[in-house]
Amino acid sequence: MPKSLISIQDFTKEEILHILDVAEEMEHNKSQTFLSDKVVACIFFEPSTRTRLSFETAANRLGARVIGFSDAANTSIRKGESLKDTIKMVSNYVDLIVMRHPLEGSARYASEVASVPVINAGDGANQHPTQTLLDLYTIRQTQGRLDHININMVGDLKYGRTVHSLLQAMSHFSPEFEFTAPDELKLPQEYRDFMDSKGIPYKETADLREYLDSTDILYMTRIQQERFTDPVEYEKVKNVYSLNASMLSGVRPNMKILHPLPRLQEIATDVDETPYAWYFKQAENGMYVRMAIISYLLGKR
Amino acid sequence: METNDGKQLKVSAIKNGTVLDHIPSCQVFKVIDILGLSGSEHPVTFGVNLDSKSMGRKGIIKISERFFKDDELNKIALIAPNASVNIIRDFKVVEKKLLTIPETICGIVKCINPMCVTNHEDIPTRFRTIVKGSEIQLQCVYCEKITDL
Repeated sequence: MPKSLISIQDFTKEEILHILDVAEEMEHNKSQTFLSDKVVACIFFEPSTRTRLSFETAANRLGARVIGFSDAANTSIRKGESLKDTIKMVSNYVDLIVMRHPLEGSARYASEVASVPVINAGDGANQHPTQTLLDLYTIRQTQGRLDHININMVGDLKYGRTVHSLLQAMSHFSPEFEFTAPDELKLPQEYRDFMDSKGIPYKETADLREYLDSTDILYMTRIQQERFTDPVEYEKVKNVYSLNASMLSGVRPNMKILHPLPRLQEIATDVDETPYAWYFKQAENGMYVRMAIISYLLGKR
Repeated sequence: METNDGKQLKVSAIKNGTVLDHIPSCQVFKVIDILGLSGSEHPVTFGVNLDSKSMGRKGIIKISERFFKDDELNKIALIAPNASVNIIRDFKVVEKKLLTIPETICGIVKCINPMCVTNHEDIPTRFRTIVKGSEIQLQCVYCEKITDL
C-alpha cells in the first residue's frame, strides 16, 4: 500500500517537520515542473472552496495535470456506484488522489482500496490533516518556532475537527493550551484524556477576554451549523463569540489570529486591518503546504 | 462440575472437545453465534443461569470434537472476557486457557457512529481495542470514533 495522508497521526514528528521545510522551499519558489509527468485526481463529494482550489493550484504549480469533480451530483455515484468502485477506477487513471467525502472514515477506506497515494481533504467531521499541517506551518512562520507556544482555541471545540487534529499534532512540541468555549461546545473528554496522558497543561474558560492577553496564537473557529443535529442547540451558541479590533489593545505583540475559514461573525472585519490578523496568509500557506505534501507522497521530496 | 445436589450433571460431560466456562449467561447465544456453532455437525450442549461461586450465574458451552484456534476463541473475549477454555480429551481436562483480548476486532461489532463509512458502504468493520482498567473500548479504524462495549 503506498504511503497516504489520512490522519495527522499517520505522520511522525520528523515527517511533519520535513513537510514544513519543503513547504518553505515551495513558498520561495512557487512554480516548479518536477511533476510534469503526473496526473492528480481531485475528487470532491462535498462542496469546498479553499481546499479544492488550493490543492488544484498546488498540483498545477508543480507541473502536474488535474482531473476530478467538485460535486458528486454529475457522476456515477448518482447511479449508485459504490465508493470502492469509484476509487478503484480513478486510481487506475492517476498518480495520486485528493479526496473529500462527507462520510467519516471514507478516506481511510479509499486508501486501502486505491493503488496510489490518497490525501484526505476532509472526511466529514473526522480528519482534515492538510489543514493541520498548514496550521503548524503558519504557527512556525509567525512565532519562529513550534516549541513552547501558547495557543488559545476559541469556539466550537466539540465538533471542530481542526481543533482536535491541531492539538494532537502540537503534542509533539510541548505546547500550553487555553480552551475558550461555551458549555455546549467544550472539548470532548477523549481529548482531555489525551492531553493528560501527554502531560500538556491546559486551562478552560467560557469568556473570550479571559486569556486573550496571554496567548501567542489565537485560534478562532466557526460554529459549524452543519455539525449540529439539533437546530435549537445551534441557535443558542451561534453568536457566542465575536472578536473585534477594540478587544486587542492588550495582546502580546507577537500574537497572531488564525482561523481555518470561512469565518462568519466571530471575527469582525475591522480585525482584518490589525497586525494580528493572519488568517488570509494562513489560507495562502495552505497552497505551499499542499505542494509539499503532494511532492512528498509522490517520492519527489 | 455443575452438579445439581450431586445427583446429575446439568450439562453432561463430553469425551473430546472444548468447554467454554464462566460465560455471562446473557452472552451465551452471542458466543454461539460468533463461533458459528449453529452449523456444527457434532453435539453442542449449553446451559445458562447455572449457579457459580464467582459469578452468581454463569453460562457454559460444550462443543464435542471441536478444537479452536486461539484467534477464533479470542473473538469472544470482548463479550466474555473472563471465560475459561478447557480442552477435553478422553473426559479429562488436558489444557486450560484464558482468553486474551485481540489488538484488532474484525466484523462482529458495528460502529456506533451513524456517519461512519462502514454503516453506508459494504465494508467489514475493523476496530483497535483499547483496554482501560476493566473496560474495553473499540476505536473504529475508519472513522476513529470510540464504541463502548
